[in-house]
Amino acid sequence: MSDTHAQTVAFVRDTMLPSAAPPIRESGAIRWLRENLFAGPINTILTILGALIVWFLVATFWDWFAHSVWNASSLNECRAIIVATWGEGARGACFAVIRERWNQYLFGFYPVELYWRPTMTFGLLMVALAPVLFSASLTIRRVILIITAVVTLSAMVVLGAPVGWLIFAALVLGAGLFASERNITWMLPFSLIYPLLGVWFLWGGTLWGPIFVLVGPLLGWAAWRVLSRVSPLLATVAAILVTLLFWLLLAGNAASDAEALLPLSIEAVRSDRFGGFLLSLTIGVAGIALSLPLGIVLALARQSDMFLIKSLSVIFIEFIRGVPLITLLFVASLLLNYFLPPGTSFDIILRVIIMVTIFAAAYMAEVIRGGLAALPKGQYEAADALGLDYWKAQRLIVLPQALKISIPGIVSTFIGMFKDTTLVTFVGLYDPLKSMSDAVRANIEWKGIYWEPFIFVGGIFFLICFGMSRYSMYLERRLQRDHR
Amino acid sequence: MTDIRATATPPFRLSMLVNDQRYRSLTFQVIVFILVMAAAWWLVDNTIRNLALMGKSFDFGFLFQRAGYDIPQTPIPYTADDSHLRASVVGLLNTLIVAVLGCIAATVLGVIVGVSRLSKNWLFARLMTVFVEIFRNMPLLLWILIIYAVFTEILPPPNAFRGEAATSGMILFDHVALTNRYTALPTLGMTNDPGSLDLGARITFNWATIAFVVALVGGWIVRRMIRAWAQDVQDRTGSRPTTWWMSLAVMILPSLLLIWYFGLHLVPPSLQGFNFTGGLNVSNSLVALWLALTLYTAAFIAEIVRAGILAVSRGQSEAAFALGLRPNRTMSLVILPQALRVIIPPLISQYLNLTKNSSLAIAVGYMDLRGTLGGTTLNQTGRELEAIVLMMLTYLVLSLIISAGMNVFNARVKLKER
Repeated sequence: MSDTHAQTVAFVRDTMLPSAAPPIRESGAIRWLRENLFAGPINTILTILGALIVWFLVATFWDWFAHSVWNASSLNECRAIIVATWGEGARGACFAVIRERWNQYLFGFYPVELYWRPTMTFGLLMVALAPVLFSASLTIRRVILIITAVVTLSAMVVLGAPVGWLIFAALVLGAGLFASERNITWMLPFSLIYPLLGVWFLWGGTLWGPIFVLVGPLLGWAAWRVLSRVSPLLATVAAILVTLLFWLLLAGNAASDAEALLPLSIEAVRSDRFGGFLLSLTIGVAGIALSLPLGIVLALARQSDMFLIKSLSVIFIEFIRGVPLITLLFVASLLLNYFLPPGTSFDIILRVIIMVTIFAAAYMAEVIRGGLAALPKGQYEAADALGLDYWKAQRLIVLPQALKISIPGIVSTFIGMFKDTTLVTFVGLYDPLKSMSDAVRANIEWKGIYWEPFIFVGGIFFLICFGMSRYSMYLERRLQRDHR
Repeated sequence: MTDIRATATPPFRLSMLVNDQRYRSLTFQVIVFILVMAAAWWLVDNTIRNLALMGKSFDFGFLFQRAGYDIPQTPIPYTADDSHLRASVVGLLNTLIVAVLGCIAATVLGVIVGVSRLSKNWLFARLMTVFVEIFRNMPLLLWILIIYAVFTEILPPPNAFRGEAATSGMILFDHVALTNRYTALPTLGMTNDPGSLDLGARITFNWATIAFVVALVGGWIVRRMIRAWAQDVQDRTGSRPTTWWMSLAVMILPSLLLIWYFGLHLVPPSLQGFNFTGGLNVSNSLVALWLALTLYTAAFIAEIVRAGILAVSRGQSEAAFALGLRPNRTMSLVILPQALRVIIPPLISQYLNLTKNSSLAIAVGYMDLRGTLGGTTLNQTGRELEAIVLMMLTYLVLSLIISAGMNVFNARVKLKER
């Protein structure tokens, strides 16, 4: 074969040509621009349109942001400073209102000398949440706990926390960090008692109240231990009864007696002093923590074979989903007096939390029902084939998969609920968005200031909600079990 | 042969109510039923005792008393001398107006944004992502307040449009004026007014409106008949007759004829003294609420549309191309029907959310159902229980009607399996 070539072809190249550089149109930035911005006539028009939008936004808002004033005591002073610095007719933002009134937006009318208490509460919340939210990654947990510790402790120092409480917070944060490094399950007891501690830190009063609330379930557990050898069902009923009876009949008196013997109380703060993001976060965190279990129960009830249970849960879910949250909040503020025994009344924040919780739980139930329905029937059948009873099957096989499928929906419900906490303004509570801004504008110094508070409050809402949605994406990736 | 008679029916013992799976669910349901009934009885009993203590009764007679307050926007004639019932109906109609307008606008904007997010254009897709994230992650109340503040604080007062040296001008060829109190829109005028149909209770419909509705519905029915005929011809002969011009004609020609017959024209608002007259002055509370609901819901709809389109696998469009379908036919025959199936159920709940969120109208003083029945009427009569129960039931019925209607639509587009 090669002989023929040798005879007929004068020259055969036996080395490769060096590869040439790609044409300019097909490489680097030009190629990227051509493909992503100018791929065709419509694409080019869209690019020009987009550029016009960006230019319009920048041209409208740039000098307003650039001319912002952070140091003034009234809107008029702000305007005077802007005119003095950038000439007549200049526009500028007056973020001085945030500098002046940040405490109202964050803490409402909480006593100034006690600002460290909510700060510590939400700092310790991270310790309680870390083992639940970031159970898989030691690194993330370490970073978050260290940041929390530094921020919380320095904020407490700045806000003038007493030394004893500083040491307490430092101990808890340090213990949390230590437990997170060594054995994450050590953190869980703190997560369990945190709700009671948090309520005590925020509202103050006697520590004996939360202690005796905690004693109830402990007594119930003891009753269960004693009776579980006789009959599991009897034991469960007894545990529930003992807990409820203790709470209803004994806990209140026991707490006041114990307080008389050994006072253990910090300054009490009434609910009407709550406001701003303190209120939003309190309602939001409580609603999130309570609505998930309630939603799971409702979803399971709706999938149940028992006719009565199923219909009750359908009626409940569809009723709650059919009415606006505002009307439920009005029920909480106006109608609860009708439904409770004459003369009883309880805290407005608690009522709002209950309403927000059942509202979110109805949506949560539908989201989780979607997850349950998406599970292949074979999973249920496999659980039956293994001989698991209903609760074991749900706990070990069905719910872990169904909840994993519904993570995006669950987190959207949380985000929606957190945004909806602003609606408490319509029942007279001081949400950061409307009531607090109105309260600030009611002062003569800040009359007529609109945009800066909106940007500040909206920015914080954005950070929290966007953070939650990113967390749900992280969780989805982490729990992904299929191979792609 | 084993004798199974002995084990078939063991004698009933009381403990089987708890331990036997066949009876346990029954026991449980009976207990739950008793508990629920007890709770209901407790609530009703408390309510009766509380009403007695307050010296109130539970009756809806207040609905027929004189309302005595004014409503700025009244779709049906209403004066302060009318009853609370009529005021509530006006409120309900106002809720429906903002909900319907919001649903339409949010769908249009949401589809545009959702499709744009999938665009290959880097800049435009990023801009739409920013839009969606910003609107989804901040409370709706914030957007209502911001847009309302833009209208009331930044826009000029009506008298800024006056005189030769006016500081503000009207937009859209002098047909629309944006002021800080209302948006002045042109109205429709008729040179050949056919009069109105009186439905009683001072509710009237112009015959021209009825004629247009009849023309549109009739045109739509004829169009369906034309399409059925074309399908029939295609099934028999294999070639489909061109029908687009027929469809267009039956949809548009009757309306054009009616416009010509009634002499329909736009009457732009004109400045008389300090205010615009002649046109339709839409209060800023409605415009701000509508815009805020539209933008907020559009962000959610955009995500739904995007997810729906992404859910149709690439193989579907490739298969359609392989069959020789052109891109627009691929879109309308292959991709859209499958995407709609994913899009419609969450879209229904967005419409429901928008309708329920319209109750935030209270923040800008728009008199919707909550503003009339649950607001002024409640405060004037002091009938909290009746007013709130009635308001909740109305919203509930509204939600159920919307979801029922959309479920019918969903049943038509969803996958027909066997």
